[in-house]
Amino acid sequence: MNLDMGHGMESMSWDEAVATSIVNEHKHLAGATLPILHALQENFGYIDRAAIPLIAEALNVSKAEVLGTITFYHDFRSEPAGRRVIKLCRAEACQAVGCEALVDHAAREHHLAIDSTSADGAVTFETIYCLGNCALGPAALVDGELVARLTPEKLSALCDGRSVQEIVKGALS
Amino acid sequence: MSAALRIYVPIDAAALSVGADAVAAHIAGEAAKRGASVEIIRNGSRGMLWLEPLVEVETPSGRVAYGPVTVSDVAPLFDANFLTGGAHKLGHGLTDEMDWMKRQNRFTFARVGVIDPLSLDAYRAHGGFKGLEKAIAIGGAATVEEVRVSGLRGRGGAGFPTGIKWKTVHDAKGDQKYIVCNADEGDSGTFADRMLMEGDPFTLIEGMTIAAVAVGATQGFIYLRSEYPHAFRTLQTAIRLAERAGILGKSVLGSGQAFHLEVRLGAGAYICGEETSLLESLEGKRGIVRAKPPIPALQGLFGKPTIVNNVISLSSVPWILANGGAAYAAHGLNRSLGTLPVQIAGNIKRGGLAELDFGISVRDIIEGLGGGTLSGRPIRAVQVGGPLGAYIPNDLLDTPMDYEALASIRAMLGHGGFVVFDDTVDMAKQARFAFAFCAKESCGKCTPCRIGATRGVETMDRIIAGHEPEKNITVLRDLGKLMTDASLCAMGGLTPMPVLSALNHFPEDFDRAAHKLAAE
Repeated sequence: MNLDMGHGMESMSWDEAVATSIVNEHKHLAGATLPILHALQENFGYIDRAAIPLIAEALNVSKAEVLGTITFYHDFRSEPAGRRVIKLCRAEACQAVGCEALVDHAAREHHLAIDSTSADGAVTFETIYCLGNCALGPAALVDGELVARLTPEKLSALCDGRSVQEIVKGALS
Repeated sequence: MSAALRIYVPIDAAALSVGADAVAAHIAGEAAKRGASVEIIRNGSRGMLWLEPLVEVETPSGRVAYGPVTVSDVAPLFDANFLTGGAHKLGHGLTDEMDWMKRQNRFTFARVGVIDPLSLDAYRAHGGFKGLEKAIAIGGAATVEEVRVSGLRGRGGAGFPTGIKWKTVHDAKGDQKYIVCNADEGDSGTFADRMLMEGDPFTLIEGMTIAAVAVGATQGFIYLRSEYPHAFRTLQTAIRLAERAGILGKSVLGSGQAFHLEVRLGAGAYICGEETSLLESLEGKRGIVRAKPPIPALQGLFGKPTIVNNVISLSSVPWILANGGAAYAAHGLNRSLGTLPVQIAGNIKRGGLAELDFGISVRDIIEGLGGGTLSGRPIRAVQVGGPLGAYIPNDLLDTPMDYEALASIRAMLGHGGFVVFDDTVDMAKQARFAFAFCAKESCGKCTPCRIGATRGVETMDRIIAGHEPEKNITVLRDLGKLMTDASLCAMGGLTPMPVLSALNHFPEDFDRAAHKLAAE
């Protein structure tokens, strides 16, 4: 159940005993791999390579299959995200209302390249394709909360760590 | 003390994204301050997203709408006596009398925006479970027949007749059958699934349970995209409530048939909206597309007979069973029967969701309901049916919303999303994006898609740079034909649709040499 709530601060560091208990908790499920991976990422903020043999052993599949599954999906991280995670929608409906200008704005004003984490670990800025808020774009998911009608000013405030609720309720409108 | 006045503030994610939580909190605070007795109900969205947060108050003559409401509007609304439907500049009168609402036939979305999504009592009071009771009463074969008669076609995009799919699974032999709901609504410009799951999750649960009764399945999965955290939480709670009420579990409504349901999260892969890739993902593997045959109806999840249907297809079934397949088929035209929840998005003044009979023109959707562009500039193109759908130019907007009519102009209806672009759009860049998206999201199994998408990006880069445009456009058309003919699934097979529609309808954007000359 990984909803990517901005893991940097509250996630715990890798712990094999905890990871093993998470794997055991889910291994009875039919097709357990994705539920296990989501649960691990929810807990640790990323999926440590040390989890691969644990999952392979528990599900009786090869380590290569587990690695292949992890790397296939965009959601799964190989290292922790920044303290704030901004997922900007860059699909067509948000393109129609200027999401690419926001990508340029973040690069220019915050030295934040899309699909990367800032050097100080404060912000992860990522592409996402569609949040289902296509009538109110440009949209973003910020620490798990949906934001509409994003402007350069709102994006700057979010990059600077302002509360998402403040932005959503119209502090900068 | 008089009974509490009912106030509705949506909890739909789109409403939350424009501050609905803060508005609800302010209304509660202001009411307490003024000694007004109010009950705040968090409903789904009515679909008028440009008016969110849309606050409604219940009055003796019906629900009165105000929106878009911000926190600073709350005190003035109280001053204007909005609790009794008082006049205010944000007021729209009775919700049911608003033009947007009156133009619709809300069958599938009948309860969305009306009730508290997680109240089983409200669900029952608004006609819930009548379809399931009917299905249990008439049995599997008659239920399948009712769905066939309705003419319902897969609302995910492919438009395959739902009744035929159900009949195949019904007739298949198997010790275990599955119902899988495809809730991987990845197409940009679509949000009907999300709004239904957040606004009326019991309708989806009822639809899946009817499918289970119809074909004798005992286990169901909702494969939900991880981009929808709000829908995930709502579905989890709704399933728990349905289990506790004996709707799901060992004996559905006491019928003796078992049906268990789980939500599973995807992990950000667009291709997992393709049904065989989705099944691989549910089995815990990479989402690699399977070759067909065998079809999933015969060998689907874990090799067992499986119904894979979209959220809206399944959610249309309770109404069809409750009211009869013929009543549904009385709407629409030709082979596109019933209604479609249309989603209007992108650069649009009045964006949102409206459930409409088939046959309405694209122009009426975009201009009549949508009110034209948000920017106020002329409409240049409308992309219909998601990232694999065609860009339709202004002079083809009178085409009716009908699966076959759109196919005849080399477009597709898909999941019913309409994304509007104004005249600042660069159609060559949109064509490049279609390839880039395919390159990023291709599962990699077949060569035309895996390699073709990358070659497409390179070719578009040369065209955009003004390098040998004629030769490169020949390459582009050839590549488009190859991907269409030889790809394993719709991802590679349909990527040429947006590309070639852009090229055919907007050739001037592909002639960069002329652009350069004009600039000099």
